[in-house]
Amino acid sequence: MIQIDKYKCDFCGTCVSVCPHDAIELSETTLEIDPVTCTECMNCVKACPLHVLSEEPVHAE
Amino acid sequence: MQNKYDVIVVGAGPAGSTAARVAAQKGCSVLMLEKDREVGMPVRCGEAVGEKGIKKVLNLQDRWIANKIDAVRLIAPNGDVVNVAHNEIGYVLHRKIFDYDLAMMAADAGVHVVTKAYVYGLVIEDGVVKGVKVKHLGKEYTLHAKIVIGADGVESRVGRWAGLKTHVRMKDIESCAQVTVGNISVDRRYCDFYFSDDIAPGGYLWVFPKGPNAANIGLGIAGHKVNSKAAIDYLNEFIDKKFPNAAKLITVAGGVPCAPYMDNIFASGLMLVGDAAHQANPISGGGIIQAILAAEIAGEEAAAAIKESDVSEKRLAQYEKRWFEKGGQNHIRAYRLKEVAYKLTDEDLNKTAEKINKVRPEKRTIISIFKVALFNHPKYIPDILKVFMPAKGSSS
Repeated sequence: MIQIDKYKCDFCGTCVSVCPHDAIELSETTLEIDPVTCTECMNCVKACPLHVLSEEPVHAE
Repeated sequence: MQNKYDVIVVGAGPAGSTAARVAAQKGCSVLMLEKDREVGMPVRCGEAVGEKGIKKVLNLQDRWIANKIDAVRLIAPNGDVVNVAHNEIGYVLHRKIFDYDLAMMAADAGVHVVTKAYVYGLVIEDGVVKGVKVKHLGKEYTLHAKIVIGADGVESRVGRWAGLKTHVRMKDIESCAQVTVGNISVDRRYCDFYFSDDIAPGGYLWVFPKGPNAANIGLGIAGHKVNSKAAIDYLNEFIDKKFPNAAKLITVAGGVPCAPYMDNIFASGLMLVGDAAHQANPISGGGIIQAILAAEIAGEEAAAAIKESDVSEKRLAQYEKRWFEKGGQNHIRAYRLKEVAYKLTDEDLNKTAEKINKVRPEKRTIISIFKVALFNHPKYIPDILKVFMPAKGSSS
């Protein structure tokens, strides 16, 4: 799952623009990623100018 | 806010305000919705415009201008400075005031404006866009319109909801960070562009003076060239090194679509303008002039289509056709140029700068710089030739 650091986010929308699945919802001061639609392609993580997004490490069962 | 308008515009940047104003001037009832609390803020922009471009689209107001620029300087990776001939004068704007005034001009033309209005979906009936769903102050509203104009920026979703594929490819997004700084010393006559893989891979860094002690400084890096460092890291490194005492009064992030010409910018009952339609110049990233030019056409076509009671995809294709005639060729050439520029290594750029500095300053135009680059790097000749080949017609 992609994690959002809401304290770093500037709500600029760069992540939304590169999301091929339209999984990101951005209003004035909120950013949400729909875990169902998201395929973790990492586009948003790479394109973010501020290191807001990261992939949560996958824990072994 | 009524629940029915001729035209609803989503987004109150230069594209949205212009489309809204023109449609209202042509007799439409228009509502413009802005998700933020204030039009014009935050400013996610380098704020520089060429004099010819801005004067072509607007009656330039003194209060929009922070600084007048005499010339452009290009800084090569090795630090060599190329002074470009003084044929491209321009301005560094106060975008905050500029955007606010454009929205005010729309309001004066009769446009209703609502801020803190978040559009979260479209009303679509039988494949025709008929309005928007909006959240405002905790309440949800369904508003109807004959035509919706999406001016919702790089993060545009309005087009996607109507089935248009408008997401930006990684190689076509510039991931940007920008600061407005004080307590620095700059030569206010020049806009500086720094090119280097160390400073801004796949993009450039700009220093646009807003006065003798202040500047808009920012950079963009190409999405596919991002590694562990983000745009903000590159920017902080540059400022720490070059302007260690700078006071950062504003820090913002942003994305710029530097993408191929987009022709799918309309659907039944819908048009896209500005960054939402990827109309920014793909080589410079500048988008204000194109946004205004396209939005004027969109506003006119919206009003005309409504008068004819025909908002079909076929009718609104006229908008794309006219936009292609006005800006399409340029856009296609600029994108090809960007593809060549991507191939130039830091070493190529250093050599080009060295050669161009042997040309007399008054002859150093952007075109002559490309000629020099061409003569020195024959391997790029096929790519450069492609740049100047006529662009194919639009989709229509």
